[in-house]
Amino acid sequence: MIPPPDGDRLIDVHNLDFFYGKSQALFGIDLPVARNKVTALIGPSGCGKSTLLRTLNRIYDLYPGQKASGEIMFDGENILDQAKNSEQLRARIGMVFQRPTPFPMSIYDNIAFGVRLHRNVGKAAMDEVVERSLTRAALWDEVKDKLNTSGLGLSGGQQQRLCVARGIAINPDVLLLDEPASALDPLSTAKLESTLMELKKSITIVIVTHNLQQAARISDYTGFMLLGKMIEFRPSSDAFVSPETTQMQDYITGRFG
Amino acid sequence: MAQDHTIRAFDEDMGQLNSLIAQMGGQAESLIRDAVDALRRGDHDLAAQVIARDKQLDAIEAQIERLAIQLIALRAPVASDLRHVVAAFKISGMLERVGDHAKNIARSTLKIVDFRFAALAQVPAIAEIAEGMIHSALDAYAAQDAQLAQDVVARDDQVDALYRDLIRNLIENLSEKTANVITATELLLVARHIERIGDNATNIAEAVYYAATGVVMPDRHKNAG
Repeated sequence: MIPPPDGDRLIDVHNLDFFYGKSQALFGIDLPVARNKVTALIGPSGCGKSTLLRTLNRIYDLYPGQKASGEIMFDGENILDQAKNSEQLRARIGMVFQRPTPFPMSIYDNIAFGVRLHRNVGKAAMDEVVERSLTRAALWDEVKDKLNTSGLGLSGGQQQRLCVARGIAINPDVLLLDEPASALDPLSTAKLESTLMELKKSITIVIVTHNLQQAARISDYTGFMLLGKMIEFRPSSDAFVSPETTQMQDYITGRFG
Repeated sequence: MAQDHTIRAFDEDMGQLNSLIAQMGGQAESLIRDAVDALRRGDHDLAAQVIARDKQLDAIEAQIERLAIQLIALRAPVASDLRHVVAAFKISGMLERVGDHAKNIARSTLKIVDFRFAALAQVPAIAEIAEGMIHSALDAYAAQDAQLAQDVVARDDQVDALYRDLIRNLIENLSEKTANVITATELLLVARHIERIGDNATNIAEAVYYAATGVVMPDRHKNAG
């Protein structure tokens, strides 16, 4: 049922279960994540797509009572292995959330803060990292003259791209995005989407979205989830024309009963 | 369609699209029937009516195009909905051509001199199969019935075989000088139009098959004609 993506897989999820305390949220999930592609996760609210995203950088570790079992192979290792350092993992697998979450500090420091956590960087080198990150996130031209003003003063769309810039400043291999455009207007959404298309040349992207047109527009592969299970996983070009399962067909055509 | 859309207006639009296709299909069939009747009976009045009525088909085609484009723009259909809307769009174009063929049969009728010419009697049988194919293809569309669509395509072989018989017969008559030249050449055109109606029915059936299944009809069900 789940054909593998062409090319190599940067992340390979096998038989993943996830529990919030005693309540099981994911059931035997398989998900191949192809390198330098955009993989979209779609499905109705509560289907487990955000939960699945949160396992990929073990951010659930921060919450007691949440646990995952199974296998998430990344760079030859199972990232669910508790011995692995989750800080290092999150430096390689960054995350952008639904609501823009800029730090209450200057635009410059929003980028520099995370970089300083991971390595020592001189002023000139840091300037360069900030400029490069903001440029890649398609925000540089809009903020280059006000780098020392607060990130909170930016518009919602700009704040979200600032979060993307912050996420990519530490050169992650993977960027996870949880509904990154749901609070943005169409123009900001378009800018964010073109940013992602540019970024995927060097970064592997996994995005959770309720916007099916967005998934169809920007993703190479789409996984459809329902009640904690992966129902269908296919190239997006097929998924939105000829879905295989009745469940996915009913969901994407708006017949979900 | 297994289940209704959550947005009821979507179902209403799709319902309207389907009823326009049914309406257009019904008119196209009746044009074929009347064009062939007019030919069989040498009825110039009926032939003139067919020529005039073809404009009604063009008007419905324009309505279907408008509605399909509106549906795509406003509802952004995907999956089976998208395939269904695109099929309706294509089918309206094919039915418009069916109407043109009926109209051209009627035009030939106005030029034919000898309505007792024996080969003329071969025409209604071919036309009946071709019209039946159009009818079944539209039934298949209404029911999203892939099996029926395949049956329609299979029937095109009969049309092609009868068409070749008629052409051979007409050429013999012409070479033996046993036919009125104008009558025989117009009948050659009529035969060609009917054969093309069968091809249009085949194309409609293929569009229906794709809309219903999401895959292109396998080649063994197609034919070269």
